[in-house]
Amino acid sequence: MPDKEPILTKQDIAQRIERIASAIEEKKPGKNLALVGIHRRGVPLSERVYALLKPKLPDLRIGRVDISLYRDDLKSLEIMPKLVGSDIPFDLDGMHVILFDEVMHTGRTSRAALEELLDHGRPGKIELAVLIDRGGRELPMCADYVGQGVEVADGQRVSVRFEEVDGEDAVYVTEGGRR
Amino acid sequence: MTPRKDLLDIQSLTDEELDFILTNAVPFKNLFKRSVKKVPTLRGRTVLTLFYEPSTRTRSSFEVAASRLSADVVNFSVSTSSVVKGESVLDTISTLEAMRTDYVVVRHSNSGIPNLIAKNTTASVINAGDGFHAHPTQALLDVFTLKEVFGGDVRGARIAFIGDIQHSRVARSTNLLCRRMGMHTAMLAPSSLIPRDLPQDIAVFGSWAELYAWKPDVIYLLRVQMERQNVPFFPSLGEYHRQFGMTDDRLARVRDAGVWVMHPGPVNRGVELTDNVMTYERCLIDQQVENGIAVRMSVLYWLKPGSATEEAVV
Repeated sequence: MPDKEPILTKQDIAQRIERIASAIEEKKPGKNLALVGIHRRGVPLSERVYALLKPKLPDLRIGRVDISLYRDDLKSLEIMPKLVGSDIPFDLDGMHVILFDEVMHTGRTSRAALEELLDHGRPGKIELAVLIDRGGRELPMCADYVGQGVEVADGQRVSVRFEEVDGEDAVYVTEGGRR
Repeated sequence: MTPRKDLLDIQSLTDEELDFILTNAVPFKNLFKRSVKKVPTLRGRTVLTLFYEPSTRTRSSFEVAASRLSADVVNFSVSTSSVVKGESVLDTISTLEAMRTDYVVVRHSNSGIPNLIAKNTTASVINAGDGFHAHPTQALLDVFTLKEVFGGDVRGARIAFIGDIQHSRVARSTNLLCRRMGMHTAMLAPSSLIPRDLPQDIAVFGSWAELYAWKPDVIYLLRVQMERQNVPFFPSLGEYHRQFGMTDDRLARVRDAGVWVMHPGPVNRGVELTDNVMTYERCLIDQQVENGIAVRMSVLYWLKPGSATEEAVV
């Protein structure tokens, strides 16, 4: 990873995730709450929030969406993403779903995830939770739960690393395009 | 995975490409369980099916696969009587270029026609069977089905192809891929229907007794392709059934041994097999059909029109 210091450390990340979990709990969600991580790093984020909330919300459900087939830039990709597939092991109809992504930028990932979720069923309500909101929307989307807002220039990249995927917990800002 | 322009045969696929297609077919198959079985991946793209030979099953399978990826599907009807080969095929290519087709699925009775088309169009060409040469998507769906049956690893499993091997592009492509995946393969056929150019290490049998002794895990019954036999290769269909077909007696023995049964379809009942085989609990024919759609979705997802490489244009 980059030589520079992370903008968020392991401890900072844990704190932000606890904050997101508390915000969700404060809204006193009903029995029909489900957390759905957007593959790839939205998944460990959702799992950590799930671990915090599950003891308090025994009916809480968890799932995953792989948005590869819903991307709007597939035509321009030089390398086709290998599919992991979505896993929604419960009936979505009427559920209150919170989608999780590690970084929110243009809003295109959230759009794709929304579209995919709606093809799985008809949730009663969908919200969005992100660890980092870096701004720069290209679509009219906004997150309901944000761990940290970060201001970065257009040419910079916000890189969230999770132990489950990358072997460390840290958030870096690096030079070099979008995340 | 860097996409390729065309899928013309099994030989030119790298191990990485094979793995990409077969692995991605799993999430595509999982889509079939959803209420909405469609994804927007190929929205705005056009898939043209160009079949110079009749084939309802393969054509439908490609159509369903393309539709589930949200592509527009066009059937290009070709009058077989007006087409020999060469010039008229190139005329067709000009037409499909003008139609700005993105993918062309080709079946032709002459080997090499899909390659010819691929060289002359920017569209992605998928060989859906040419002559006695190749049928790569059939081989992929067969191996995908075998991987499901054997828990992901087919190495060491034994598969025997029975019937018209000489005229079968299915046997050719599937046998090739099975061997590449580490399976042992064998053939059982009338001697008139055994090709002369088989690799030395493939077991060739003349009777079911020899086949039983080989202890196959899978039996792949090939369709007797009456339409391709200009001269008779066996005395009669009844004789073929008695000698090489899966009769009820043979089914009983196969059932006792727990052997899986495959067939590329369409089935000639009473020739390759009896009706009872269709309800045999280890008959994989329906699973092959379902998997055909998932594997073809995976192929369409992977290919990229206009991305010709030296390796792709053979």
